[in-house]
Amino acid sequence: MESKSSTTGNRDNPNRNLHGSKTMMASHFLRALFRIQQTSTSSSSAGRSRRIRRAAYASMAYSAGTRRAWSRALLRKLRSRARLRFPRRLSRAATPQRRDMDQAQVLRKLVPGGPSMDDCKLLEETADYIRFLTTQVRLMQTVMDSISS
Amino acid sequence: MSYPHAFTPCRRRLSFEEISTQGPLSISYIALPPSLPHHFEAGRKMSSRRSRISEEEINELVSKLQSLLPEARRRGSGRASASKLLKETCNYIRKLNREVDDLSNRLSALMATMDSDSAEADIIRSLLRS
Repeated sequence: MESKSSTTGNRDNPNRNLHGSKTMMASHFLRALFRIQQTSTSSSSAGRSRRIRRAAYASMAYSAGTRRAWSRALLRKLRSRARLRFPRRLSRAATPQRRDMDQAQVLRKLVPGGPSMDDCKLLEETADYIRFLTTQVRLMQTVMDSISS
Repeated sequence: MSYPHAFTPCRRRLSFEEISTQGPLSISYIALPPSLPHHFEAGRKMSSRRSRISEEEINELVSKLQSLLPEARRRGSGRASASKLLKETCNYIRKLNREVDDLSNRLSALMATMDSDSAEADIIRSLLRS
């Protein structure tokens, strides 16, 4: 799946970059939802929920394509069929001084493909990742609203 | 010039001290760990390195990142440390991951009550909307 957005204007027009991806994200996610709905009439709600979550991250990664390190890492993780896990716990044990120095490390754990990035690439990838994440969340909320209405 | 240790540009760690949030974002200075041979002073580019990371690039990245975060505070003093920014970023990403989880659960619950016809209608509606 190729993204329709231009690659040359990546830095200058992040919003335009996102627009084509939004449509792709929506269609991918909705199709996945439909498949899940068709094939899981008897399975548990938790299993379905896991599949939906997986579909959400998959839509993000597919719509971002392979031009981003985070989406490549995410696609790798999805294809290996590994359990999709993201670190969510806050570590409160660290002293303030240590936390300052480790924040970049913490961020690396949160962004897919983080550990192999230097600081600048990390910032860039983080920004892109956040953009796609927020779009995905908004998409899911829209779907929720349209189902419930 | 030979460097005391193997300097791989891809693995370099930056630790920036202060980020001013007044007007256009600019990093007042960047302090590199003392083990690096160059002493990076504000406004100067690293020389003789294949991958140059200039101050302007870092400014751009940081400001881009900051603009994405929910703007919870605009401090009167106008200075935010880089570590604060990173911490906020981490919290924001965690929050978004939690929202994805939560929405997945709710969608799953909703889908249990749906039949296939309303699923198709929902898909068509959502596609038209987005």
